[in-house]
Amino acid sequence: MAKRSAPEVNAGSMADIAFLLLIFFLVTTTIETDSGLNRKLPPMEDQVDPPVIRQKNIFTVLVSKNDQLLVEEELAEIKDLRSLAVEFLDNGGGVGDEACDYCQGKRDESSSDNPDKAIISLKNDRETSYKVYIAVQNELVAAYNDLRNREFIRLNPNLGINYVEAQKKYDDPRTSLDEQDKLKPKLDVVKSMYPQKLSEAESTKSS
Amino acid sequence: MSKFKKKKGGDLPAINTASLPDIVFMLLFFFMVATVMRDSTLMVVNKLPAADQTQKLDKKDRVMYIYAGKPSSRYEDKYGSTARIQLNDKFATVSEVGAFILAERASKRQELQNVLTTSLKVDSDTKMGLIQDVKQELRKVGALKINYTTRIGDYTQNLK
Repeated sequence: MAKRSAPEVNAGSMADIAFLLLIFFLVTTTIETDSGLNRKLPPMEDQVDPPVIRQKNIFTVLVSKNDQLLVEEELAEIKDLRSLAVEFLDNGGGVGDEACDYCQGKRDESSSDNPDKAIISLKNDRETSYKVYIAVQNELVAAYNDLRNREFIRLNPNLGINYVEAQKKYDDPRTSLDEQDKLKPKLDVVKSMYPQKLSEAESTKSS
Repeated sequence: MSKFKKKKGGDLPAINTASLPDIVFMLLFFFMVATVMRDSTLMVVNKLPAADQTQKLDKKDRVMYIYAGKPSSRYEDKYGSTARIQLNDKFATVSEVGAFILAERASKRQELQNVLTTSLKVDSDTKMGLIQDVKQELRKVGALKINYTTRIGDYTQNLK
């Protein structure tokens, strides 16, 4: 009787499987790109005469050297910062020329006139830690983004994306120029409705 | 003879290794593609803070990097443990930032010189004073577009 050993497994397709896997990984991996919060620094030249800004149009955020938060002269937690900022920006308390027809805030007399006038002033101590500073920046940007999202969806209900997604799409180099041109005016409208006015004072020396 | 004779045990068939090269090449290609080359070795602790309202920093050729943080444990003996700035491959003082930016800018192509972004890769535990000084230097040389490079994550991770 002939000796019968297990038949050899056909390995001819192994290479195909390997290539299939290779192509799968090639397609699905994205090379890691950095991301972060974009900011623009004010130019060095001092303004000749600073514009007069009414106190009620300024939303002061102060981060102390112990990483505590003082919002509009009151102690606050970072988790409340976003809603406080949204409330301030969306207040729309102005009348006549300064009225804001798309604001959904309380129209409080003592808060901002309209989003165009509203300025967030961020001040920190030299001893403030960077991570808390970033958390505060993040929440303030989030407040703007929340409002912009809301308006973007209201103005473009059939686009199916919000402002942040649209901006991301616009920034993506893979998006066609045609599409970018279509998105740009829509983004600009929303940006001008809630312009990001974030002023940073030079930090104070801790004594 | 019995039909159900036990198979001869013992010698197992050798495993075919013909596809081993393929697998190795596959791994090689995978790592070749997925690896990001670091242009400068980090000499500072660089645990970035988390944020979720971020924008991507595409186009690497338009970005200048400034690192800051405590010197990593290897350099601690020599440079102490106060936070420092790292430019390219060496530690620098705040006053060198301006010159660095100008040199970087000059090394880029003409049409990119006005659209450069400065990426600040700063360790979470750094104090704002140092960053404020860096920002002041950046303003002096007109490098106004900055990016606080962060990890993607919820801001509450920063508060621990």
